[in-house]
Formats: sequence, C-alpha cells, structure tokens
Amino acid sequence: MTTSEQKQKKTGSFSIFIEEIRKNSLTVTILAIVSGLLVGGLIAAVTSENVYAAFGESFLAGIGAIFTVFWNTYKALFTGSVGVPADIIAAISSGSWDAINRSLAPFFESLVQATPYIFAGLAVALGFRVGLFNIGAEGQIFVGALATVWVATSLKGWPALVHVPLALLAGAAAGGFWGMIPGWLKAKTGAHEVINTIMMNYIAFRLSEYLLNGVLGDPNKATPISAPIEKSAWLPRLFPDPNRFHWGFFVALLMAFLVYWLLFKTTWGYELRTVGHNPNAARYAGMSITRSIVITMVLSGALAGLAGANEVLGVNHNLGVAFSSGYGFDSIALALLGNSHPLGVVLAALLFGFLRNGAIQMQLTAGIPIDIISVLQALILAFIAAPAIIRTIYRLKEPKPELETPAVETKKGK
Amino acid sequence: MAQSSVISSKQTDYISPARRTTMGVVFLVMALTIWFGFVISTTSDALTTFVLYPGGSDVVVADLIFASRPILNILAFLCAGLGAYQLAKGFGKWTNTLLGVVAGLFIAAFLVWGSSGTSLNLAGLLKVAVVRAVPLTLGAFSGIFCERSGVFNIAIEGMMLTAAFCAALFGSLVNIWFGLFTAVLSGILLAYVLAVLSIKYKVNQIISGTVINIFATGITSFLSAKFLQRHSELNDSGRFTTWNIPGLSEIPFFGPILFSHNMFIYAMFIFTAVLTVLFFYTRWGLRTRAVGEHPKAADTLGINVNRTRYISVLIGGAMAGFAGAYFVLGSVGRFDEVMTAGRGFVGLAAMIFGNWNPIGSLGAGMLFGFADSLASKLAILKVPIPNKFLEMAPYLVTMIVLAGVVGRGQPPAAGGQPYEKE
Repeated sequence: MTTSEQKQKKTGSFSIFIEEIRKNSLTVTILAIVSGLLVGGLIAAVTSENVYAAFGESFLAGIGAIFTVFWNTYKALFTGSVGVPADIIAAISSGSWDAINRSLAPFFESLVQATPYIFAGLAVALGFRVGLFNIGAEGQIFVGALATVWVATSLKGWPALVHVPLALLAGAAAGGFWGMIPGWLKAKTGAHEVINTIMMNYIAFRLSEYLLNGVLGDPNKATPISAPIEKSAWLPRLFPDPNRFHWGFFVALLMAFLVYWLLFKTTWGYELRTVGHNPNAARYAGMSITRSIVITMVLSGALAGLAGANEVLGVNHNLGVAFSSGYGFDSIALALLGNSHPLGVVLAALLFGFLRNGAIQMQLTAGIPIDIISVLQALILAFIAAPAIIRTIYRLKEPKPELETPAVETKKGK
Repeated sequence: MAQSSVISSKQTDYISPARRTTMGVVFLVMALTIWFGFVISTTSDALTTFVLYPGGSDVVVADLIFASRPILNILAFLCAGLGAYQLAKGFGKWTNTLLGVVAGLFIAAFLVWGSSGTSLNLAGLLKVAVVRAVPLTLGAFSGIFCERSGVFNIAIEGMMLTAAFCAALFGSLVNIWFGLFTAVLSGILLAYVLAVLSIKYKVNQIISGTVINIFATGITSFLSAKFLQRHSELNDSGRFTTWNIPGLSEIPFFGPILFSHNMFIYAMFIFTAVLTVLFFYTRWGLRTRAVGEHPKAADTLGINVNRTRYISVLIGGAMAGFAGAYFVLGSVGRFDEVMTAGRGFVGLAAMIFGNWNPIGSLGAGMLFGFADSLASKLAILKVPIPNKFLEMAPYLVTMIVLAGVVGRGQPPAAGGQPYEKE
C-alpha cells in the first residue's frame, strides 16, 4: 500500500466518522447532555459526606439526601449561570437599572464565559469540516494572547477605534501562524497534524513562560504576568460593573456567521468541504488539497488566536501564564456537540459557558469543586461521539440508513 | 508480515543523494557552530571542571579538569571531519547513527563551553536525566503497545494522571504496593474505556483519547479538591526507596548514575528488554504488529484483530498506569493537581522519536530527560540561552523527525483505523 493511498483511506474513514456525527439526531444530542448532567450529579452525590451520613440513618433518608444534593447542585448551577429568578423579577418591578444590572449579572457573565468557547469551538469545527484535527487550539490561544498583549501594551495613545481592531488582528495573525505550521507540515510532508499541534501547544506554553518572565512581563510583579494593557485597547463593556459583558461576544457571533458564510455560501468553502469529505474527488476536480489544508489551519489558528485576544482585551486586561484553562481540549468536545456547524458551535459554547459560570457558584454554595464540569464535558463528549451508547441506554431505534442527500444538495450549489 | 518489515527496513537503509548532502551540511554546520559560537567566546586559559560523582554517592571519583579550548577544537574537528566524509562519500546506512554521534559531540562541546571557567556536575546531570526519562519512556511504551496494534493512544497523559491519583490515595490508605496495584488497575480501566470506544463503538481514536484526557483531568482535580486537600493523611503515600544494586552500583561514574535508584528506573530498563523480545522475537509480537500494519491480512490468517487490539490496549493502559504511579511512588510521594504536566504527550513524542521501537523510545526518553535535566542546570552554567528554549527541544525534534527531515519514522500503517470485518 502506498503512502498516498493510506492517507486517502485515513481521511476517508474520518469523513465517515463526521458523517456519523452528522446523522446523530437532535434527540441523541439532548439525551447526551441530560445523561451527562445526571451522571455528574450522581458523582456529586456519591462523593458527598452528607449522603453517607443519611444512609447511616435509614435508606429513605439516604435517597432523600441524594435528591437534596442533586437539587442543591443544579440550583446552584442555575442561579450561578442565569441568576436568581426572584431577584430578577424584584429588580425589574423595582425599575432600578442598577438592580436589574446586578440581578442579571450572572446571565451576562455566562455569555462572557461562552465567548472564548465560541471562537475556539469554531476553530476546531472548521478543521473538522476539512478533515483536520486541530488539537492545538490551546497553544494558538496562548500565542494569540501573547501577540495581543504585546500590541495592547506597547502602543500608547492610540484611539480605541484603531487600537482594538489592531490588537485583535495581532492575536488572529499569531494564532494563524501557529496553525499554519502544522498545516504546512501536513500538506507537504504528511506529518500527522494531531501530533504536531500537540507539540506546538507545548512550544507555545514554554514560549509564553519565557516571554512573560522576560520582555512581556511586568517588572513590578514577582509572578510571570504582563503589565496591564492600555485602556484604549479594552474591548468596551456594555454595562456598568460588576457586569463584565463586552463587545467580544458580538465579534464571536460575527465570526460564527463568517465561518458559516465561508463554508456554505462560497465556492471556496465548497472546495474546503469537498476536501474534507472526499479528497480523491477534490483532487480529481482540480482542487488543491495542499492549499485547502494550509488555509484551513491558518483560519482555524486565527479563530483560536482570537479567543486568546478576546480574553485579554475583554476580560483579564493582562496575561498570566495560567490564563487559559483547557479551552483547547474543551473546544473539541463542543465542536462535536455542535455538529461542526457554526450555529451548533454557538449553542454548544453557550451551554459550556453557562456550565462553567454556574460551576463557580456551585463551588461556592454547594461545595462542589469546579472541576466537576470537566467530568461533565467528558461524559457529554463520550455520549455524543458514541451515539450507540445513548441509543442502548434509552432503547432508541437505529436511524434508518439515509440516502446520501447532502452530497446531492451540495452538488447543486456548485 | 515479517517480510514487509524486512522490506521497509531496507528502504530506510537507502540514503538519497539529497539527504546525504543535507546531513553532511548539518554536520559541518555543527562544527562551525562549535568554532564560531563556542571556541571564540572561550578564553585560551579557561578550564572546564566536570564532577564525576553525584551528590550522596560514596563512589568518589576525581574531578575531570581540562583546558576548554583544545577540547572544543578537537570536538569541532571531529564534527567537521565526519561532515566532510559524509559529503564526499557518505556513510550509507550508518548516516542516522552518525547523526547521533555528531549530535553527541555537539552536546559535549556545549557542556564544555557552558562550564568553562566553572564546574559542572556531569554525573549529577546524567543521573537526573535517567530519572526524568522514566515517565517519558514508560509512557512511550504504553504508546507502543497501543499503536503497534493500530490504536492511537493520545490518552497516555490522562491515564498517567489518574494512576498517579490512585497511587497517592490507595498508597496512603493501604501501602505503596497496593497503591501501585491500583495505579496499574486504573490505567487498565481507562484503557478499557479507550478500547471500547475505539474498537467496539468505532469512535475516532483521537476523540476517545480526548474524552479520557478531559475526564481524567476533571475527576482527579475534583476528587483531590474534595478529599486530598482537606485530609492530608490521604495524600501521604510514601515512596519506593532507593536500592543500590550490589556490585554494579560501585562502578566508578556509571554505578551511581545507573544502578542507584528506586525500582521504577530498573523497571524501565527491564521493560525495554522485555518489550523488544516480546514485539520482535515472539509470535505474539509478530501478530500484534501484523494487526497494526495490515489488519485484513492478519484477519485472513486467522488472527482475531479486535481481540488482539483489546489486549494490546489494555497492556498499554497498564504500562501508562505504572508510569503514572512513578510520579507519586517513585518521585514525590504525594499527588498534586495536574502533576503529570504534559509528560504523557512527551512520552508520545518519545515513542515517535524512537520510531515505535522500545530501544529507540528508551533512547528518546533519555535524550528528552537529558534536555529536561540540562534545562534546570542552565541557570548555573550562565549560558546565554534561556532554559525555556531548551525545554522546547523535545517538541521541536519530534516535529522535525515527523516531517522526515532527518529520516522518516515508520508508524504502523493501520494506526487510527477501526477494523471492520467484511
């Protein structure tokens, strides 16, 4: 078997996999989320001392305690991510803007948490559509943030109208460059992008440690952290404190629309999807696979870089070494959850944003460590990736083998 | 199958003229770097001191003291000579070996230059390198078991982390041997999840690996925050003590470096031998490799492809579990959140650099361990190279190897593809 044949076969099996995901009905998606939440609650319950104490008293009290844990957990998750309904109603009826702002702050904070997920999820989803696995979003986020913080701290006295876009662009460019390297290596040498993006992640981490301990670091601080960025580079916030909702969310939505438009409304996007779907056909039709791979990885990296830029300009206003907490890997989960479709990604990112924000409250009030949401995300990802598990648990019928309608539809577009 | 591996090894023996030239140029560039980078910035009367026994060793060896500049010149001449021969005639199938030799000479020159005017504890440096190599090499072995049978395992990191947690918890609750046992068991359990998702449900193997990595990070941090941080007695497992191998540990210089460790280090060496025999000299190994290279052919010959994969992945999980136990039982004696810090991925890199081969992976693990060990010493040497750049070296060389610049590695052909019986 020659190398090119193998390569084709691998991409082939990948597109079948994506096809499987696509057939995955909405029911399965919803059930996967619900099951993930249930199992997460169960983990919270079995690790709770109260439950064991209650079981010591009587069986019924134990069951009751389990329900209490479930209720407290998800109540905290809800109030932490959306707000306390009674407070919101009271605030609206009081008519005070300040009270309304405060009561809705958790809801907007969830949107703030969802914003980097949208960027990173789009990055991974775009790769999936072209048959590429961009595991390196984490590293791209870091270099994006580094470039952004450099532009945002070193340019002084610029008008915000120029400074903000410039800082965002710097992040996108750096992320794009970081994505381009594995893309180029894949296209030219066939080196697997999964390994290369992982390696690039760690190179990015070391680079950020180096830069933040050196030229980008704040000399007045003992810890490796950058100086605060110029005020002119802040992504403007829409509401007064403590509400951190900023324009980055709309930039993210714009990007989602652009990715949608690129993939589904342009010839170029058609080409990219064809390469992902059937590289043989693409090559036969005269499309350049090398170019598609490199372009996709650049765009994917740029989107991830924007996630880093967004966090720096919109939320943190500086950059520390531990600023990205696993967005890269989580975004793989949410790209799959969102069916690698921009709209799906936005919805999945909102879910993850609400979960993440709610989990902070959960940690404070219900005493459940925030890391439980990683467990939740892993479970949801497993259920989404292996819909057969969900079908077995809930005794759903196997979907009827569909006719290859998408292929026919897309051909019309050409 | 045996035949195809013979053919493929012949292919690697062939060195194209372009590569021959490239390698020659690389050798010469290294020689020039020694001259213009190192020799020029060394004063003619500078002395280099290498301390040849690590701290805490009874086997005292006299320090090695020599003039830096002549030695650097000799090393540069050797590199240049090898480069010239490579350009003129070429070393043929020995080219890659020679690249290793020249790289070794270059590293030696770097150390001589870095420690000119001061002293460097060479033995200590190497001893730490051996220790740091352990999780990387064992992680690579885990990868070898999985990938040789055709299953990508990017979940080594997650398995190691979970195993480290179990080792700390159960090591504290019962004893270190039970901790080790549960660590290995947890590796096997996660490997079972990987196997079921990848083989039974035919989930893309990168996705199943990601599931395990996210899950492992989440559950260990969750449980650690919930229990270990509140009850410190649950996070005090103790560790395996150093055991000097009688006789061998008294060899000057090499004794303390290689034969004065705890059992994880010896296990690494033993496993290297065991895996080599297992994969290349037994029927089981041949069958496993066959499944990883050409599952259909293996199936035709009556090998149960999926069963072979299940077994290999489970052993790989056990290996990752053992590697994870090292972090706690062989090193610090307690669990910290996300303590594996990407070592599982470096292990994966070591496997690639070692060409999916146990001995190669040991070499790669040692090399990466050395880079790690040297990076922590750079500050002492006052070398104008940031240690973070040296820490990048393992990732960079892996990318270079993967790109085929210095000789393409040969991954198992059927890696990553679920097998569907027709």
